[in-house]
Parts: sequence; structure tokens; C-alpha cells
Amino acid sequence: MARMKFVCDSERCIECNGCVTACKAEHDVPWGVNRRRVVTLNDGIPGEKSISVACMHCSDAPCMAVCPVDCFYRTDEGVVLHDKDVCIGCGYCSYACPFGAPQFPTNGQFGLRGKMDKCTFCAGGPEENGSQAEFEKYGRNRLSEGKLPACAEMCSTKALLGGDGDVVADIFRNRVLVRGKGSEVWGWGTAYGKPTQNAPGGAAQPQPKPEGGKS
Amino acid sequence: MSKRRCCIAGAVLLLTGLAACGEKPQTADGGVRKSDEKAWHQPLAKDSVAPGWKADDQASWEQQIRQRNQNQNEYARAAAKP
Repeated sequence: MARMKFVCDSERCIECNGCVTACKAEHDVPWGVNRRRVVTLNDGIPGEKSISVACMHCSDAPCMAVCPVDCFYRTDEGVVLHDKDVCIGCGYCSYACPFGAPQFPTNGQFGLRGKMDKCTFCAGGPEENGSQAEFEKYGRNRLSEGKLPACAEMCSTKALLGGDGDVVADIFRNRVLVRGKGSEVWGWGTAYGKPTQNAPGGAAQPQPKPEGGKS
Repeated sequence: MSKRRCCIAGAVLLLTGLAACGEKPQTADGGVRKSDEKAWHQPLAKDSVAPGWKADDQASWEQQIRQRNQNQNEYARAAAKP
């Protein structure tokens, strides 16, 4: 069984925001909600890096642990999804997530916070696969159409890889071997294990330098 | 007159007392999480479904996803070209 994961190759990301646009368009995501975004590390400093960030569908997801109404669940493919009919929009998951993935649409007056919205790995939600109800709540279910997430498939430089964790790690490892640098995988250790374990580049990941860093 | 006032006051008190009895429960029983379908289950015949795999067949779906994964590997794609 495939275990779905995201890898972003910072050596390749050109900050085109194609992934962000693909996600917005594919799922008809409303204003104010960004399921995916491109973050620049050390912006303006020579050697700056950009990475595409969204829900990483963590192996031990902190959002699942803190949710007071237990609206999260994990599919057989390791995709972390949630039931919007159960979510109360409390925002605990937003504080727990190290990637800032949970989004809260503001609707109505006084900035009322709606139910949480996040990347679904293009796997929809608990509604019937491919149904209109699923699309309206969670966006398109590409996985049930035999496709991978739109952001990864649309990435022009293939910086963002999404799919079976073993396969995307192999692709990334091969790249690192060929180019001989850039083994850092931002967020991999946080999402899927300790930095020295399971790193697709085969090396420990350095932490981003705090000084002068903007994101 | 005073009897009438007493009746009104009594009715108000009665209504106030009964209003407390009518309070709705405030326990968090909003909903139970629904179970999701398998990813390879595709009940709706849609044009957007990728060709080359059989719906409701797990092995076929996994093969399709593996193939789709390899489309992200340009080293493999470049090698496959004549």
C-alpha cells in the first residue's frame, strides 16, 4: 500500500507559484484560504531558497492529537483528512501544525471563523468519491480518479514531488546523487520522522538559519 | 385589582420557572465522524477519471498511481524516450 508523502526540492523550486495556482483552481478554494503557499527562506540574501508548503500529511499528525472533536482521520494511503461536519472551527489544529496548514475561511459578520480547510492530498473527504457534495466541501478527489495531487503534477520544474513516499524519496535521492548537492529536505523530518531517519537525500537535514531569515 | 396583579405576577413567575426547565442540553454531541470510501472506489463514471485502470480494483489503482509517480521522474522519462 502506498504511503503518500510530499517532498519539495529547494534546489529546483523557482517560486513560480504554479502549485498554489493549480491548487486554488483545482479545488475552487475561496478567497483568504491558501491550502498551499510558497515560502522563501532567507529572502533577499544570496543563496535564498524557496519551498512549497502545505499539509504534509504527517506520520504522527499533531492536528489529530489536539482536535477536541476528533474530526481527523487517516486513510489507508496515509493521507490525513477531516470531516467538516464534525469540525467546530476551534483552531487548535492551527496552533499544533508545524507547517501552518490549517486554514479558516472568514464568513459572515465580525470575522466569524468557519470550519477548518486544508490540503487533502487531492483525496477529497468522507463524502462519496467524486460527488458534488465532496467537491463543495473538500475540493476534487483526484486520487480516486487515479491521479496524484495537482500541485505536484503541475510543477514545471518537478521541485514538488507528491505520491508514494518510497517512490518520491527514490526520485529525490537519485537527483541528489546526480547533482552532488542539495540533500536538504525541508520539513521531511518534522513530518515523517527524525532528521537522521528516512531522509530521502540520505543525510541529516540542517536546520534553517534563524539570522536574517524571512519567511 | 390586587387579585389580578397577583395572577399576572404568578403567571410571570411560572413562565420564568418553566423557561429554565426548557433549556437545551449543551453537551458536545454535534456529530460523529463519517467513514471514508477506499481511494480506488470510483462510483461515478466521469470523463476526468484517468484512463488505463479499472475502477474498484485496488491492484489496478495502485499500478496506476505507481506509473503516475514515475511521471515525476524526468530521469526515467528521458531514458524512456527513443
